[in-house]
Amino acid sequence: MQFIKNFIAKSRAKSPWIMHFDCGSCNGCDIEVLACLTPMYDVERFGVVNVGNPKHADVLLVTGTVNPRNQKVLRNLYDQMPDPKGVIAIGSCGLSGGIFRDCYNVVGGVDKVIPVDVYVPGCPAKPEAIIDGVVKALGKFESLRRAG
Amino acid sequence: MIIKYIIPVLLGVFAAPILGGLISGVDRRLTAWLQSRYGPPILQPFYDVAKLFGKKRNPVNTWQVFCAWLYCTAAMVSVIMFMLQADLLLIFFVQATGATFLVIGALSAVSPYSQIGGHRELIQILTYEPMLVLVFVGMYLVTGSFEVGTIAAYDNPLLIKLPLLFVVLGYALTIKLRKSPFDFSTSHHGHQELVKGLTTEYSGPHLALVEIGHWYEVVLVLLVVSLFWATNIFGAVILVAITYFAEIFVDNITARMTWRWMLGRVWFVGLAMSLANLVWLYAS
Repeated sequence: MQFIKNFIAKSRAKSPWIMHFDCGSCNGCDIEVLACLTPMYDVERFGVVNVGNPKHADVLLVTGTVNPRNQKVLRNLYDQMPDPKGVIAIGSCGLSGGIFRDCYNVVGGVDKVIPVDVYVPGCPAKPEAIIDGVVKALGKFESLRRAG
Repeated sequence: MIIKYIIPVLLGVFAAPILGGLISGVDRRLTAWLQSRYGPPILQPFYDVAKLFGKKRNPVNTWQVFCAWLYCTAAMVSVIMFMLQADLLLIFFVQATGATFLVIGALSAVSPYSQIGGHRELIQILTYEPMLVLVFVGMYLVTGSFEVGTIAAYDNPLLIKLPLLFVVLGYALTIKLRKSPFDFSTSHHGHQELVKGLTTEYSGPHLALVEIGHWYEVVLVLLVVSLFWATNIFGAVILVAITYFAEIFVDNITARMTWRWMLGRVWFVGLAMSLANLVWLYAS
């Protein structure tokens, strides 16, 4: 049984299925997220698959500022993801609202709505930084393994 | 007793999913190679399934749980029946029952993605099942039996007498594997109009069961392919390898088509080729 538990824990780190949600970004960060999947960076090497379905996803990548209309969608997507799960906020807007943070229709960063595990700064964030963020989020699954 | 029954059953239960997972891993690696990427490790499908088993259960309803289990079990039973050299028609009735339950599970959820995926999968089943039956009829006309043991014991490779029916089986295999141009009920990557279609609402351990069931089915169809060169084990392996590589190649060079195109094209071409092959067999 211990072997199976260990294998499942190892597999969590080796098979992070991501879902990308554009929370009103300018598409700069979105293009960089998709660039990670191209032959240039090829994150499928690490078992990353862009599933586009919250029920299959392990890691949620959120770009852009949150506003009162899309915060319900963000919350809904997060709630549909089965545990264990991780959230990565990407780009200046996802972190804090960026240059739009004082706008009347902006709630702020992603962490105002759902708990965020990893923050990836940049305007836009580089693909290397995003991949690094996913690796950091996998560290969270690793710590779950240690906790048993 | 042991050689005749227990070893084939054990092979069917344990070796088939391991082989199916490895085939799936090689498939992803070859696809990556064709797309100028490096690709995941060969063992990636096993990591995926193990991870899914470790996820929290979140079924939409109890029907879905039942359907996932039944799909996986039916696929496993059909592989075991093949190993026990049962009747081909019976094997595929069991397999079709499992495939239908997968659709029922998808239709039991209210999600429109799952609903449309379920409907499309039904059309896919409707398209490939008659083709498979025609292939079995061809095998019967050559060997005089529907039983796997008798067909495998035939003196000459069936491919020589059933070349057109082998192509028809290739169509059925592409639809069964849900590869392009017939990947419209679901596809490996979820960025499409239906999210993940048929499997959208299956999650965690139940998605893992669906995946394992799919491995069993892949092994089953490839075993049927191997019957076309059953006189020699190397011939069978080479034929299966070439066929599967052709599947991956076609998957990478074609775009998704509509279900109308599939139904019209596969039935028209498939029936014409089957008929030509059967008439040729009858005449000779």
